[in-house]
Parts: sequence; structure tokens; C-alpha cells
Amino acid sequence: MKAKIGEIKESAIKEIKTSENLQNLNDIRVMYLGKKGKLTEILRSMGELSAEERPVIGSIVNEAREEIEKLINEKTEELKKKELDEKLKNEKIDVTIPGKKFKRGSKHPINRVIEEIEDLFVSMGYDVVTGPELETDEYCFERLNLPKGHPARDMQDSFYITNEYVLRTQTSAVQARTMMNNKEKTPIRIICAGKTYRREDDATHSHQFNQVEGLVIDKKENNVSLADLKGTLEVFVRKMLGKNSELRFRPSYFPFTEPSYEVDVTCFKCSGKGCNLCKSTGWIELLGAGIVHPNVLKMNGYDPDKFSGFAFGTGIDRLAMFKYGITDMRYLYTNDIRFLSQFDRKDEE
Amino acid sequence: MKLSTNFVKDYIDIDVDLKTLAEDMTRVGNEYDSAENLINATKLVIGEVKECKDHPDSDHLHVCKVDVGNEVLNIVCGAPNVREGLKVIVALDGAELPDGKIKKGKIRGEESNGMICSIAELGIESKFLKEEDKAGIHELPKDAKVGEDPIKYMNMDDGVIDFELTANRGDLLSILGMAYEIGAIYGKKVKDIDISYKENSSENINDTFSLEINTENCSTFLAKKVKNVTIKESPEFIKNRLIASGIRPINNVVDISNYVMLECGQPLHFYDNDRLGNKIEVRMAKKDEILKTLDGIERKLDIDDIVISDGNRAVGLAGVMGGFDTEIEQDTKNILIESAIFDSVKVRCTSNKILRSEASNRFEKGLDANRTYMAINRACHLLEKYADATIISGMKEYNKNDLSNKEIEITYKMINDVLGIEIEKDEVKDVFSRLGFEYTENNSTSLNVSVPKRRLDISIPEDLVEEVGRIYGVDNIKGKLPKLDMKAGSFDKTAREIRNKMISLGLSEILSYILVNEDEAKKYSNEEFENLKLLSPITEDRSTLRYSMIPSLVKIYDYNNARQNKDISIFEIGKGFYNKNNEYGEDLKLCALMSGNYSVGINNERKVDFYVVKGVAEEILDYLGYSGRYSFISNESYSEEFHPGQTAEISVNNDRIGVVRKITSKCRTR
Repeated sequence: MKAKIGEIKESAIKEIKTSENLQNLNDIRVMYLGKKGKLTEILRSMGELSAEERPVIGSIVNEAREEIEKLINEKTEELKKKELDEKLKNEKIDVTIPGKKFKRGSKHPINRVIEEIEDLFVSMGYDVVTGPELETDEYCFERLNLPKGHPARDMQDSFYITNEYVLRTQTSAVQARTMMNNKEKTPIRIICAGKTYRREDDATHSHQFNQVEGLVIDKKENNVSLADLKGTLEVFVRKMLGKNSELRFRPSYFPFTEPSYEVDVTCFKCSGKGCNLCKSTGWIELLGAGIVHPNVLKMNGYDPDKFSGFAFGTGIDRLAMFKYGITDMRYLYTNDIRFLSQFDRKDEE
Repeated sequence: MKLSTNFVKDYIDIDVDLKTLAEDMTRVGNEYDSAENLINATKLVIGEVKECKDHPDSDHLHVCKVDVGNEVLNIVCGAPNVREGLKVIVALDGAELPDGKIKKGKIRGEESNGMICSIAELGIESKFLKEEDKAGIHELPKDAKVGEDPIKYMNMDDGVIDFELTANRGDLLSILGMAYEIGAIYGKKVKDIDISYKENSSENINDTFSLEINTENCSTFLAKKVKNVTIKESPEFIKNRLIASGIRPINNVVDISNYVMLECGQPLHFYDNDRLGNKIEVRMAKKDEILKTLDGIERKLDIDDIVISDGNRAVGLAGVMGGFDTEIEQDTKNILIESAIFDSVKVRCTSNKILRSEASNRFEKGLDANRTYMAINRACHLLEKYADATIISGMKEYNKNDLSNKEIEITYKMINDVLGIEIEKDEVKDVFSRLGFEYTENNSTSLNVSVPKRRLDISIPEDLVEEVGRIYGVDNIKGKLPKLDMKAGSFDKTAREIRNKMISLGLSEILSYILVNEDEAKKYSNEEFENLKLLSPITEDRSTLRYSMIPSLVKIYDYNNARQNKDISIFEIGKGFYNKNNEYGEDLKLCALMSGNYSVGINNERKVDFYVVKGVAEEILDYLGYSGRYSFISNESYSEEFHPGQTAEISVNNDRIGVVRKITSKCRTR
């Protein structure tokens, strides 16, 4: 009996070793270990043995069974791995072929710049506000210290639809609105971007264009000063145009600020060396800014003895042109799909 | 304002080059457009034509031998007035002229080693030239020295800076104002202007002349009589300074009135006294009153125009233009000088209607009455000197303006607070001294500053802070961030969310014009609304504010379609404008237009139809949280732009908030 078990074991080991696939290996398992398998038969015939022999043979059979099972398991693993290798090998593809294309919409460059500016100022605690594009003469001019007949109104020939209503010539109109709407006369920190309109149309001026306006008004003891304005605009310009940008404040005149400044930045084309864009000066005029005129505070319900502040504004069209290297302003408004589709990805930081 | 640097150097001693002066002025707030020499030419020399023969191979060219000092050059010249013995301007071989470089060469076989120049060839605009200079080469006087620099000889070695001044600095529309500004930069004192003259006391204007001011729009009116002027050409320096300033020389008398306006900033008007008579009345024009202005045009006036009258009829449009009948002519002998201040807004309105001039520009910006006096005396001084005039004693004088300085108190604290710096008291005082403002020290904390009337832009302490900032130098102020309470910025992101969602759906954002053609504005909507028209549009195509955004988007569709961009999926978030029950207003809208093929995701390209667009609309509504609350309602009302069978209104809680429909007239789908 012992010899027979030994033979079965030897034959099973041999067959397992030569087995080449999982099906065949399973057959082997059934043939030796199944309900009608060779080892199972031996166990069944144990009844014929003596009581002394039974445990001895029993343990031999079990040992053989365990060994066969172990070998089958090992072989199964081996064959499975082999089969997987084969499968992967057959599934190899050319990974250098381009992927499937997805269609992307695009964001207009003007709004890309507006969003960037809004995000920057929101991070500094400014509120984003909006105002009407069809403004009243009162908010667009009068409340900004520009009474009727004021020579500075020359600077901005305007589109009126009645004597009272005008397409806003500047986002500054929102300054007056914000101050007037703030009934509690608490400090103000706003940024406002949007469309503006002037009665001019040529190669460098569009009758419709975009501006952004910032206004900070705070309690006199916090002393919002020209130095603060300078620092704020440095942050703004360097975020938008690169950290090596320098600013140059030139005294100027706006009726709603006093003192007033025009702010030049290092020419982005030549980095200040002088080129045709900056007319060899190394500077590009970018912003208008200043300390809020006491009359403007007064006219909009803020006591100039208790509050002070600064305001600034800039054209977004030019900023977008500089940022994206757009050479002709008209591209911004003709909206050629081929032009627009270039703006379908995130900006470089 | 074109600044002749030769002119301003009469009043301020400076020795800086043109570019530096222009840049230094820019830093204190006076931007410039250009800074150039009046004559931009090199290698010019005075020559004498020694010989002049007809060109053998031409009917108009001459072959000349020209002595230029160190040599005699062969030069071919086409001017009709070239002749032997003439002193001329010669551009030598290699000379750079405004129109190009002069090179040796042969002209129809004859050697030419330079060019004999006209004034126009030196870059002076022809409108400034005398008739004889328009026709040919410039003829220099006999005393011109051969071999020397002709530009210096002609007094044309001037540098001109063209400033773009801010609207508040009317004072800089004068040489004197410029001198004060330049003086403040370099710490130099402005020299006195010579207003001395002899008066003929046998006659007094107050005995013979009457002046009536019958309008509050004239606040100062001064008049002086001068007699027996000789009308002739002005001296070279006057002509050249006028040309450098952009004013055409005419004759000595007219030139003097312009010269004084440039110097003092006060426009003057000279009347032919014999044609005017002995009375002036300043009043508002009558409705439809007719005045023939000195350009020969008959103008119909209005009650808002200020006129000068001789008692019967208008003889001048105050501040804008003189009358034809009383202008200075070649035979004028006796002159009445007017130096006056008229209301700036009135002059501005009249000049906008009729003509904007050097004079009206100065009236509009406002004038200092001290200068009104100065200018009339300066004119007398110059007329006596350069037009042999006899100055009649006395002055007709009407003045309602305050001539004294403005007194403004300013604290050092305010200067430091507004500018955000710590500036030394002595530096503040130095700034005011440089500007020519006198001051007294109140105590250790504040100054009383006495601001001359010429600085009309300064009236409140803040204006003085600006002056300190300007002259002290903004570059010296270091930027810092405001010290304010920390708070979160607030932000309504709805429009942004919609924008990003539309982009993720594969549509491209556009930015269109809100101004459209009137007919277009009415299309694409079956709602009743009134077109909002501009009072003065630039073109008819941009005359009307859009109510619906569709006309704007259709324009962009057309533009792209014409350029073979066939697959168009665009959107915009923008405004539509309305007048409802006499209330003007505007709505923020989302509008999309889709045409051609549309694809989103993989291998999912298909032709745009109603359901694609509806799908986009539904996606946006779902995204905004309206899912389950909206419905699409068929609307078959006919309009020629839309397909009646493919129009659905979007309804949320019974509000019609939008529409999806097919544009039929040009087979577009929206």
C-alpha cells in the first residue's frame, strides 16, 4: 500500500511539472485529489486495513495529498503569471500615437485679464462691484467733480442718449455709486471692471473699451496716502506684467483726484531700453491714479475731515494686448474664431 | 503747446539740452509729444552763386558754380529764382535733410555736388512760408557771410518741445508760465518782462472812447489806442518764434498780437480803429444776429454767444474770432487794442460751434487778470518798437476780477499724511520758493502760502500738497501697502461660473459691441421695446444701443462666416438696454449662437440643430440649480427671423427667462 501511494505521488509530481496550462492542471487536481481521484480512492479503501495500519497509512496519504496540493498551487501561480505575461504581450500598442481630441471652449482675453485682476484684489480684501453702463450724467461726471462746462469734459467726448443719460466714459462712475450706496459711510475697498465708451474710433481707439477701477476710502487715522497707492500699484503691475516692472509716477490732472498722477511702467517690449513701442522713452503709460479729491468725498457723503483714500484706473484692452502680445487692438473686437481659440488654455504663471 | 526754447530763454537762464528739459518737465507733470530742433538738417552752409548757366539738356535746370567758403562747387539747381550774385543755403554732399540725404551725382549729365535749398526743404511747413519762399530757393540778405551756418544766421537755431498739457494748467499756455515752471525745476528766477513805452499825452482815450459792458460774461475789458503804425514784415526773431510755436507770421502788427499772446498767455485783439469808431459794447448776441468773421464767412449767432459791438452791430465774436469789417489791413494806421477776459464756458461753447483757435483755447482754460494788464502794456511796448506806433495816453478799464494772490494755509502734517512721507520743513519751504510762491510761517506746524493769480489751478490745500509732491519728486516717495483692517473680499461669482460652464461645454466667449445699426436692433425679438438712439453717433452702424444681444452676435457670426470659419459656437455675457415706462435700465444676459458642426467629448461631432442648442440651455439651467423647475414652451408667433416651428421659450415659475430658437433668415441656428 505504501508503495502504491508512493507511485501515485511520483506520477502526480511528474504530471504537474510537465503541465502547460491551467485547464490541464485542474484535470490533474481532479485526477488525483478529486472525489474520485486516485488518492481519494486509497482513503476510501482504508477500511480494509488493520487498526494499527490505518493511522500510519492515513498520515502517509495526507502527507502525499498536502505535497501534491502545494505543488499544484505553486504551478497554478506560475501558469497564471505566464498567461498574464502572454496577454499583456498581445495587448501591446503604439503608445506614441496621439490621443483622442477633446473640444475646448475659450475665454476672451479681456475677461481673462479682468478675472486675474479681480482675484488679485479680492485676495487683498477688495470687494468686486459692478455698475450700470448706461449712466446718468450725475454719476459719470457731476459727482466726480466734473460740472457741466468743465474743460476736462473735453478729454472724453461722450455718447449721450438724452441730456441726462450717457454711456459711461469711465468706470470711475462706480466710485460715486459705491460711496452714495454706502449709507453707513463705512470704509470702502472696491475693484470694478467693465465696458466703457467714448466718442472716438480709430486705429488705436475703439469706441468701446474696458477699464478697471480701484477705490480705497478709510478712516483718516488709517491715513491712506500716496505712498500706499504707490505700493498697491506696484503689487498690481508686478503681478500683471512681471516682477521686474518699475513704475514711474508723473504728476497729472484728473478732476476727481488731487494730487493726480499718470503712472508709467517699464516698457514690456524692450524692458526699458527704448524701442518703437515706447517711443524710445523706456516707459509705457498705463494707469491714472491719485488721492480722492475732497470735493468728491464731500459730494458723495463722506466727510473729508474724517476720511481719505486713493483711486486708480487703467485700460484693460492695452493690458491684454501687452500680456498676450496682441499687435492690433481690433482683434479684441472682431472675435475671429481662429483668434479666440488660442485662448483655450490656462495662462502661464 | 509748442515751446520755443529760444523764446523762453528770454525769461529764464537755462543751459540744458532739449531732451533733458523735456524729460525734466515730464517728471513734474508736463508730458511732451516731441522735442526737436526747428530745423533738423546737417551740413548746411551759406554760399554765393558765382556763375549760373542754363543746363544744356533741360528747359528749367541751371548749372551753378557756388562759393561755399573753402571751395567752389558745381551744383545743378531747378529753382526759377537762382541767379548770379545770390546768397543761398547750400546742403553739402552727405547733408541730412528732413526728406533724405544729399549725395554727389550727375543730373542729366552735369555734375552736382550739393543742393541749393528752399526753406520748405529744411522742414518748415509751407503754410508758414512767404509767397516768394514757396516759389523757389531762399534768398539770403547780402550781408550773409559765405561759409557760415545759415540756420544760426537766420535765427532759426531753435529747439521746440511740443507739450501735451493737462486741462488745469492754462498758465502753461504762455512763455512766462513755462519760465516759472522751468525755474521751479532748476531753481532759477524768472526775469522781468519789459512793458515800458512812452505815451502821447496830447490825447487820452478816456476823452474820446466809450466802453459799455452789458453782460456778466465779460469780467475784464481793457482798451488802448495806438496811432500811426507802419505795417511791414516782422523782425526775423518774431517770425521764427511764431513759426516755432505753430503760428503763421502775417505782418508786424498782427504778429505782435500773437507774440504777446504767446508770451503772456492773454489773447489780444487789434481793431482798425478808423473802421471801428469810438465805441465798444460787450453784450450777448441777439438770436440769429449775423456777423461776418475775418475769414469772410457770415455766421448766424445765438443768444449764448458773446459779441463785441460798435454800438450798432457786432464787430467781433468775443474770444473766438474778430470781425471782417474791422480787421487790420495793409493800410491800417490807427489801432484799438482789446485785452479782455470772457467767460470760459461761453467761449468754449461758441468755439466748439465755430472754430477752435489758439485764443479760444486760452480763454477756455481761464485767465489771470494781472496778465490782461501786462499783455496790453507789452503790446504797446512792442508796437512802439517794431511798428513805429504812437501810444495814446490812458486806458479804458473795466475789471471785476480780483488781482491779489490767494492765501492758503497748509500744515506740514497734511503734506506728510497725504504723500505718506516725512519731508523736512525746509524742503517744503524750498518748493514754494522755487515756485515763486511767497509764504509766512504761522507757527511750527503750518505755513500761509500766497499763491499768485497766474496759478488758477491752485485753490485748496490739497493743490499745494500736489505742488510739493511734484517739485520734491514723486520718485522720492517709497511705495508701501496700506495698513487697513483685514477682511475677506466679497465677490458675486455667478457670471464667472456661467462663463466657465459654457467654456467647458465647448463654446468660445466673445466680446461684442453694444452699439448696433438701428434696423438690426429691432430684429430678433418679438418683444415690444423702444430703440435707444445716441444723440450724436459716429456712424449709423453704431447708432443704437442693443436691446437683444443677438444682433451683436449675428455680426460676429457674419464676420467669421465670411472668413470660412464654418463651425461657430460662441457666447457672450453682456448687457441689453431698455427704456420701460420712462425708466432707463439694463439687464445682464447670456446669449449663445451656434452653427455648423459642434463637438463635445470624444467622437461626438454632429451638426448643430435645435436640440443641441436646447441641450446647452438645459445644461446651464441644471448647473445653476434650476433642474426640475424649468420647462420649454412652444411659441409659434411668426417673425421673419425665426423658425416658428422651432422656437421654445424657457419658463421658470411662469417667468419667461429665455428662448431657444432657430434663426431662419440666413439659416442660422441659435
